[in-house]
Amino acid sequence: MGISVNHISKSYKNVKALQDISFDVKPSELFGLIGPDGAGKTTLFRVLTTLLIANEGTATVAGFDVVTDYKKIRSNVGYMPGKFSLYQDLTVEENLHFFATIFGTTIEENYDLIKDIYVQIEPFKNRRAGKLSGGMKQKLALCCALIHKPKVLFLDEPTTGVDPVSRKEFWEMLKRLQQKDITILVSTPYMDEAALCDRIALIQEGQILEIDTPEAIVKHYPKQIYNVRANNMYQLIKSLNDYEYNHSVYPFGEFIHYTDKRKDFNPDQLLVFLKSNQLSNIEITETVATIEDTFMELAK
Amino acid sequence: MEKNNKVIQVEGLTKLFGDFAAVNAITFDVEKGEIFGFLGANGAGKTTAMKMLIGISNPTSGKAKVAGFDVFTQAEDIKKNIGYMSQKFALYDDLTVRENITFFGGIYGLSRKRIKEKSTVLINELGLEKVANTLVGALPLGWKQKLSFSVSLLHDPKIVFLDEPTGGVDPITRRQFWEMIYKAANQGITVFVTTHYMDEAEYCDRVSIMVNGKIEALDTPKKLKEQFNAKNMNDVFLKLARG
Repeated sequence: MGISVNHISKSYKNVKALQDISFDVKPSELFGLIGPDGAGKTTLFRVLTTLLIANEGTATVAGFDVVTDYKKIRSNVGYMPGKFSLYQDLTVEENLHFFATIFGTTIEENYDLIKDIYVQIEPFKNRRAGKLSGGMKQKLALCCALIHKPKVLFLDEPTTGVDPVSRKEFWEMLKRLQQKDITILVSTPYMDEAALCDRIALIQEGQILEIDTPEAIVKHYPKQIYNVRANNMYQLIKSLNDYEYNHSVYPFGEFIHYTDKRKDFNPDQLLVFLKSNQLSNIEITETVATIEDTFMELAK
Repeated sequence: MEKNNKVIQVEGLTKLFGDFAAVNAITFDVEKGEIFGFLGANGAGKTTAMKMLIGISNPTSGKAKVAGFDVFTQAEDIKKNIGYMSQKFALYDDLTVRENITFFGGIYGLSRKRIKEKSTVLINELGLEKVANTLVGALPLGWKQKLSFSVSLLHDPKIVFLDEPTGGVDPITRRQFWEMIYKAANQGITVFVTTHYMDEAEYCDRVSIMVNGKIEALDTPKKLKEQFNAKNMNDVFLKLARG
């Protein structure tokens, strides 16, 4: 009764937005689609919410076929699009009331489900939606997507452009919704949010690179990664890129993540090389892969 | 001597909207060639502060010099000596790569000869030879952002202001973008970055964090993490912003 996607493909003219996508989301699972802009995340959401028909393949949502049972899907899912799509000229309360009415229900009937989130915006219930801050808009949009008690919730980049405090609160809300038997498919371009999902699919250019739990995905990383640092970041990147044995060289905050082609790599050799390139204060230490390392390795 | 190395000097800079202090007496310096991260939650005052620094908003009080020019009296000189790039406003989608470079070169007052030279170098460096005559609107986001950054450096500014430059870009392109930033900094260009993505903050030499109009923390990412006993900048930010 979650989501089942079987060999879905969708093209726009010359662009293959989705290429043979298959995966399942279990009931009450929090499943993440992780990929950059243009990966095909929004197209997939539109296919699953019955707003777009795929060229090939089939999919079911909450047990209903996205083509033949589209009306049933619409009353059983909540969808929060990436672009803020509520009525800017209606107040917070009016927007919520409007969406409840459209779905043939009332705010009171499902108040339990949205209570935790709604109390945070209730002090502003008479403010127009267009005048809310980013974090508050996002909370209101989530309330509106939940007001008819959907079985499946689709959230397309809900945290893009939202500051870290609001992002953290948002993910805490999703965890609580999951406890109420709602299946959640959420997309994000931010790899650090991947770790908060039960399972994730890494997606790029319309293709799924890998599907697994976040823990398993980082464990699959094939190499030992080293954190490298020196006195001059730019010279360090240049030197590492020139090093004939490098497998990958990626800036990662205050370090460079470096992997070597050789199986019997000894960091001391790299140290000698970097010193010969006039670098100083060199540090080379082992580190563990992140989701982002895995993503880049698979996308290479 | 030491003074010459400070390309941004801010002292008690304040902006009031009525009774509300959007920016409340902030003080900091940025050195030549430094990558300076300017962080804060939505509504903390980052944008207002940056608008004053790039000469498009008059401060209520305080002092600030950018690239050696006073924000009160020499705003036009500031604009000529800085580059600016944001995720929202970048390039014209309906112009080709080459046309965009020519257009912005013209705006910055470069000679035709100089624009021609710069265009060739820039297009080669970015590997855009094959799409030089393609409309920018048809390029992937990551390419646009890299091109947009290069365009902001066309007139050899002393400082470049980047407003959330890499949102939504794929991880590999994002790193290429940061390599370009390191290269610019290595050439002595000061990079001033605003962002609310904390992993981006980890790339900066020093980071300031604004909360309710004030700078509540300013140091290297390493020292901030030690000071707040946090494992990454995201934790530092959450501890500060949540109080």
